[in-house]
Amino acid sequence: MRHIMAFAIALLLATPAFAAKTFVYCSEASPSTFNPQLATDGPTFNASSRPVYNRLVDFERGGTKVVPSLAEKWEVSKDGKQVTFHLRKNVQWHTTATYKPTRAFNADDVVFTFERMLKPTHPFHKVSGGTYEYFTSMDMQNLLTAIEKVDDHTVRFKLQKPTAPFLANMAMDFASIVSAEYGDAMMKAKTPEKLDIEPVGTGPFVWKSYRKDSEIRYDANPTYFEGKAPIEKLIFAITKDPNVRVQKLKRGECQLVAEPPQADAKALKSDPKMTVMEQEGLNVGYLAFNVEKKPYTNADVRRAIGMALNRQAYIDAIYLGNAVVAKNPIPPSMWSYNDKVVDHAYDTAKAKELLAKAGFPNGFEATLWYIPVSRPYNPNGKKMGEMIQADLAKIGVKVNLLTYDWAAYLQKARDGQHEMLLMGWTGDNGDPDNFLGTLLSCAAAKNGSNFARWCNPTFDKYVDDAASSSDQNRRTQLYQQAQVVFKTESPWVTIAHAKVFRALDKRVSGYKMSPFGTDNFYGVDYK
Amino acid sequence: MLSYLLKRLAEVIPTLIGITIVSFGLIRMIPGDPVLLMIGERGASPEVIAELRASYGLDKPLLAQYGLFVGNALQGDLGTSIISSRPVSEEFGERFSATMELGVTALILAILIGLPLGVIAGVKRNSIFDYSLMTTSLIGYSMPIFWWGLILILVFSVQLGWTPVSGRIGVAYDIPVWTGYYLLDVWRSEEAWPAFRSALAHLILPAVALGTIPLAVIARMTRSSMLEVLGEDYMRTARAKGLSRARIIFVHGLRNALVPVITVIGLMAGTIVTGAVLTETIFSWPGIGRWLVESVLSRDYPVIQSGILVIATMVIAVNFVVDLAYVWANPRLRGGK
Repeated sequence: MRHIMAFAIALLLATPAFAAKTFVYCSEASPSTFNPQLATDGPTFNASSRPVYNRLVDFERGGTKVVPSLAEKWEVSKDGKQVTFHLRKNVQWHTTATYKPTRAFNADDVVFTFERMLKPTHPFHKVSGGTYEYFTSMDMQNLLTAIEKVDDHTVRFKLQKPTAPFLANMAMDFASIVSAEYGDAMMKAKTPEKLDIEPVGTGPFVWKSYRKDSEIRYDANPTYFEGKAPIEKLIFAITKDPNVRVQKLKRGECQLVAEPPQADAKALKSDPKMTVMEQEGLNVGYLAFNVEKKPYTNADVRRAIGMALNRQAYIDAIYLGNAVVAKNPIPPSMWSYNDKVVDHAYDTAKAKELLAKAGFPNGFEATLWYIPVSRPYNPNGKKMGEMIQADLAKIGVKVNLLTYDWAAYLQKARDGQHEMLLMGWTGDNGDPDNFLGTLLSCAAAKNGSNFARWCNPTFDKYVDDAASSSDQNRRTQLYQQAQVVFKTESPWVTIAHAKVFRALDKRVSGYKMSPFGTDNFYGVDYK
Repeated sequence: MLSYLLKRLAEVIPTLIGITIVSFGLIRMIPGDPVLLMIGERGASPEVIAELRASYGLDKPLLAQYGLFVGNALQGDLGTSIISSRPVSEEFGERFSATMELGVTALILAILIGLPLGVIAGVKRNSIFDYSLMTTSLIGYSMPIFWWGLILILVFSVQLGWTPVSGRIGVAYDIPVWTGYYLLDVWRSEEAWPAFRSALAHLILPAVALGTIPLAVIARMTRSSMLEVLGEDYMRTARAKGLSRARIIFVHGLRNALVPVITVIGLMAGTIVTGAVLTETIFSWPGIGRWLVESVLSRDYPVIQSGILVIATMVIAVNFVVDLAYVWANPRLRGGK
């Protein structure tokens, strides 16, 4: 019986040879759409903006520096309120099974792209739900006053106020340029939503097909303006279970996996057929105090708790050593990182002393919320909560742990129902404002992303001034001062900057990890 | 028979109404909404949040939202997914065929193996075979699917290399969309045979993982039902008449023993749907189970309420057919209940 079964199964074994050079990526989730303007999630960006589209400017591969892309060069007016982009010529739009472009990329496409998101009267504004979360949450609708076509290859953006991070914003996924001609054609055919489902871009790969929750297929773009990609066929095999992704990699069913479990990273490193790449992520995991609630209104209490936490132990146990202790809210790889800031060293005795000084010689009872989901900045919230509980018990603070499911957690945290909570952040555009402004400004306290609900006028002034200046040196200085204020006031205990991982087949070459955690397969080759 | 049918149908309507209320209400009782989830750690001003909520119709009073949901559902409109902005019916269809292919295969597997095993165990009660089958089936029944699925992958895919790890078909086969059932669709592709083998090889492990619990239940149920029937007076009479052993067991025994087994198989349709959630996750099977769980996590209200409604309707329909089936298996039921 066993032999028969073995024979029958062996019969089924058929791994066909691929004719063209094919690269299979085991991705972690389905894209929610193929138009990055409509999305906020990494899997959508990996499947749309990175392979199919380009932006006016881009982040250099593997870094955060802004480099030319569809715009060859740009200039900022003296008052900082106008940015003019000079567009690359002869960039071809993709030809797909159902669409053939008649013209090359030009200024109309740029205007079309941004006006769709900006203007509620635009014919495409309401298509596919008509919500542009990323655009809106970056406050672009208030920042942009007009987008003007100067000529076919020049576009001018007018801004409400000088905003230094604007250029970095233009490199973000939501700013991917879509085809106005394709949009018009789909509108005429009464299928405008196809613009968002069957993407036509200028990028290195041409979208071919999508089977929901299963696979996405692309072919290399033969006319790509930076040259045809070395791999001819790109396939995303959507594999949601991280353990299964690793098994598929081992079996050769895919060549690269997203987010392998940290526990597997070590075993994969010792596998001669695999490479594990790691990079310092653009992230921070932290504990935020609700500074509106007693006793966290007292900075001494906040500092004391910071000193009582043995953060290196968390990094060893929870991140398995794949992180560094954070002392600033921004990661060390980001410009303006202030290395001179002195961290609160782990010192239980001193923490106790400080707590006594603040009027709590016998400690107090506290509630700590831990995140219910695994995130690169904190792979195991529960374990971290338990370790914090043990550490704080040593200074007399009795911690009760609490969590909710992610949606409820976010809602309750926004409403400020917490005392202390674990949270974190992964950067969008490599600009320090994206951490210091987005997470710690007074505006953020109102918008709900400042979970400490901390509003410090000195800090706010530094960050505001820096955002409206275009002088990099001055900005650096201001951000460094802001980091000093942050540490003194300690609205957070900064815990860790985690590394991000990719596991890949040894035969893959040319892959560069992005500090943003997205995957880009242009320039990747496979023997 | 007709009055029986009508009576059963009349019972279905309040059940369906109850389901719409539960599926609509439960998800909204959990705190957190889709807009906040999309914004995530980022945050947005209260005005922006209000605007986004309004664009999904979440600003309307609950009763109005419910009325809209039921009214549209009656006209066959299941709403639009908040996450993908696509009609729920479109999202549902493609995934449904994947789940059906997996579920039906698992159920067939469970019946084809479970039924004969149960009959043999019942006939040869207290034998070694009986004991070992009962023990194995208890293990099979108690096995957590996610663990069992991973073990199957580790043994058959990773260690032995017999089957692929996950997915529905090898990525090399770009098969045309036709019925949505890969075992059928492959015949329209260029490399029909290799594609069919690949689709079948991908189907085996998840079908085994999903079919294990129903198999165990069916085997145990068949055994105990057989034991009961074999002790009946009419079986002794049949033996006394000098009928062949095979005829006694299969015609007189099994047919009567089948009534409770069919009920169980009907109930297994529900089990398969819940089991599919886990199986689909482990084997990256692009079906509705996993999709619904994700929709709950992302608070995609239209998908959850319509998805549950459709599935519940189907489970009710299956059980309705099952009821008819045991009226067929046991004519005595036709008169009364």
